[in-house]
Amino acid sequence: MSDQQHLDHEALTELRDVMGDEFNILINTFLEDADERLRQITEAARAEDAASFRKVAHSFKGSSINIGAPILADCCFAAEQAGKEENLSHSAEQIAAIEGELATVSEQLRRYMQD
Amino acid sequence: MTIDAAFGSGSLRILIADDNQSDRMILHAILTRQGHEVVMATDGMEAVEAFHRENPQMVLLDAMMPRMDGLEAARQIKAAAGEQLVPIIFLTSLSDPESLASCLEVGGDDFLSKPYNRVILRAKINAFRRMRELHQSLQKERDLSHRRNEQMLHEQEMARRVFDNIAHRGCLGAENIRYEASPMSIFNGDVLFASPKPSGGMHLFVSDFTGHGLPAAIGAVPLAEIFYGMTAKGFAISDILRETNRKLQAILPPGVFCCAAMVDLNLKSGHAEVWNGGLPNGYLLRHDGSTDELRSRHLPLGILPADRFSAACERHSMEVGEHLLLCSDGVMESVNGEGEMFGEERILEVIAGGGAPSDVFERLREAVRSFSEGVGSEDDITILDVAMADESLLEAVEPEVLPDTGAGPLDWEMSYELRNETLARFNPVPLLLHICMDVPGLRLFSGELYTIITELFNNALEHGVLRLPSSLKDSPAGFSRYYSERERLLGEITQGAVSIRLEHRSDAQRRGGRLLITVEDSGDGFSEEALSQSLAHNGLSGRGLALVRQFCNNVRLCGKGNCIEAEFVWHTGRSESRSGVFEGGRQP
Repeated sequence: MSDQQHLDHEALTELRDVMGDEFNILINTFLEDADERLRQITEAARAEDAASFRKVAHSFKGSSINIGAPILADCCFAAEQAGKEENLSHSAEQIAAIEGELATVSEQLRRYMQD
Repeated sequence: MTIDAAFGSGSLRILIADDNQSDRMILHAILTRQGHEVVMATDGMEAVEAFHRENPQMVLLDAMMPRMDGLEAARQIKAAAGEQLVPIIFLTSLSDPESLASCLEVGGDDFLSKPYNRVILRAKINAFRRMRELHQSLQKERDLSHRRNEQMLHEQEMARRVFDNIAHRGCLGAENIRYEASPMSIFNGDVLFASPKPSGGMHLFVSDFTGHGLPAAIGAVPLAEIFYGMTAKGFAISDILRETNRKLQAILPPGVFCCAAMVDLNLKSGHAEVWNGGLPNGYLLRHDGSTDELRSRHLPLGILPADRFSAACERHSMEVGEHLLLCSDGVMESVNGEGEMFGEERILEVIAGGGAPSDVFERLREAVRSFSEGVGSEDDITILDVAMADESLLEAVEPEVLPDTGAGPLDWEMSYELRNETLARFNPVPLLLHICMDVPGLRLFSGELYTIITELFNNALEHGVLRLPSSLKDSPAGFSRYYSERERLLGEITQGAVSIRLEHRSDAQRRGGRLLITVEDSGDGFSEEALSQSLAHNGLSGRGLALVRQFCNNVRLCGKGNCIEAEFVWHTGRSESRSGVFEGGRQP
């Protein structure tokens, strides 16, 4: 997978423009939140709470779209759908996918900030 | 809050509720850079609280939030906003139609999907701002028109009171009168008047102006003034109709006129003089169950110029207990649920339905009411029912006495002479009565004075100037010959004169005074002997001067017998409003 697909550079340029000086704060906030979401979704899966699982995934999906991380958003969407269908049988794989993608996005974003 | 959050012209206060901090930051940045003031909440509950606290003009809500979701928050915010238009835009990455529909159902106005786009957000906000402004101006218009409507109703109420003050002098409360009229009927152009005449009997007036509302009501005020004013001053029905027509023709705009019927009800002789111009048929309800129609024979008032106007009345004899019924066209035009009109045929059915003449009014009223039940046209209906009654009936009618200002003339004299053809054309009695009525307190005796002045003037004109022998009036046949002779001679009159002198002296101690009435004619005069004969006469001819003798302290011949002097002494009772006392002479 190319960088292009993990991050939507057009969206990020737009964001940088909108946020100005606060762009880095925004990215850091997103990354901190993302860790928190990951913790929450893992907790929901352990508790077999499909509703929470769905909500956290949904929320995570939203902020991922906004920050310009389409693949991460897709991973969250898959989890959200599973939560909606109350089928947590693949939650471990879904969480793993999110975690993996977040790691990539996180790394690329940090790089992007330094550019 | 940052930079251009000042309340510039395009600046709004916008509430953002989203549980994602990074999403909030992005929205906050976009909106503040576009000049808006931003209030933030992290869940539905905070959003509702912030809405109450900050009173934002627009709300951006995430649909899924902890504690209280966006749907519930939207519901509460819309409820709290009441009449205000507070647009709610859902921030959503929801894509299924059901979820979107539920956002709209709770009052959401639009969606904004992620990723947030500055241009789209600006366009949406601008669109909603225009909608808000439109909504506000509509509300302002609505409130304004509501206030104007209130004001108009208030003014109508005031106008009605003013009108009632002019028109309340009537005798609509007399025992022989029944009527149906909405309190606000004047604003449908309907008018209903009744007034006792100084000479006994009463005048009645029913009319219906064309149109509705103020234009229809505006003619009613001068109408009332003329009707009540002239009736109180003793003018005849024809004089009042002519003056009304003249006045209305002068003041009403083109296309507005007054369908009217007027009745002079003479209780003494048992006659009704009826003039109908444009009102639906009236009806005389006879004891034997038969009915006479009182058809419209004239154009409505306010159309014809004075020289083409006819005040000719139809004369109908009526027995005591027979009824006269008049109604505005609102009765015939009453509509039922099917859109049918009540129509004249239904009126005739009610009249033909049997029963006494006195029952017809109530039955007609009931029939119209049940016919148009629930349709709500009752305001347009005016019905007048008047029965011929005994003369004594009017004694029970409290005459409306205008409060005296006390400023009228007390000590004065005047003389007034009518000459030549004017004698045939002009009746001076209303004018002279009007002058007498200016004396504070004397208005209580308008009926007596009317009789005295009329009889003295007629005596001078008929016997003095026209030289009609009173002996003619001894038989009913002679009586009518007398009047046709009178008409003939009046038509030929070229010379002659009648002069009337009035002299009033006040008697402050007794709150009254003395009015000396001297009427002199250009005739040859007649002897003292003839006068006493005339006064003693029990026949038809003597009645006039005998009445004068009955009302006056002192009646004597002077000059060469072509002059009669009558002295009317009066004073008002201490407290009673009605019971003034005149010191009449001998009872006949």
